[in-house]
Amino acid sequence: MNKRFQSPIVLLGARFLSPYIFMFGLYVIFHGHYSPGGGFQGGALLAAAILLVRVAGGEKIGQLQLIEKLTTPIGVIGVIIYFGTGLSAILAGGNFLDYGVLPFPGVVEPAWSRYIGLLIIEVGIGAAVMAILVMIYDNMIKGEDYD
Amino acid sequence: MFWELELVLFVFLALAAILAIEAKDLLVSVVLMTAFSFITALLYISMGAVDVGFTEAVVGAGVTGILFVLVLFKTSRETKD
Repeated sequence: MNKRFQSPIVLLGARFLSPYIFMFGLYVIFHGHYSPGGGFQGGALLAAAILLVRVAGGEKIGQLQLIEKLTTPIGVIGVIIYFGTGLSAILAGGNFLDYGVLPFPGVVEPAWSRYIGLLIIEVGIGAAVMAILVMIYDNMIKGEDYD
Repeated sequence: MFWELELVLFVFLALAAILAIEAKDLLVSVVLMTAFSFITALLYISMGAVDVGFTEAVVGAGVTGILFVLVLFKTSRETKD
């Protein structure tokens, strides 16, 4: 366990597999409102695709896909998307997260308004979950030198 | 769902759990716990809860396994002092 060495075959396999997992995560997020899946599952799949390369390649190669400083802003943006959609529903005259009253341009039916609102929510949740899971990994690998 | 298939899944579930506890190497334990999680996801799906099974497969078999492997790399079995 203490011997750590770089294996090019493991790294090649991880690099081969990672884009497909990422693509599947995007599929799960964008089809989450009418099929199984959704923001959390898709975000966890995106995080798994990034963590796979980070585990296989070590610290330097893992930073090429998503640098460590970017994780916290992406998480914050995801939460802002979520609460922004919910609060704009309040401003439009409905309840919190009531997508039916959201005034999207060119949309008159409440069903389509709910469709688009749910899609925006899923994207926000996916970004937040992905960033936070990667951030947990990065903070664990850095160790405890916060004091 | 066929009860024979669920019986096989439950047998493998118990087998994975017992082997994960009894294994001496901690990496083997982590891999067997991942297998446990995956069989649990299959059982959820066989019971009709596709969404729960999906979450279990992604989080239990993917992210948790990676985090446990990371903890194994960060720690050592013998004490240094």
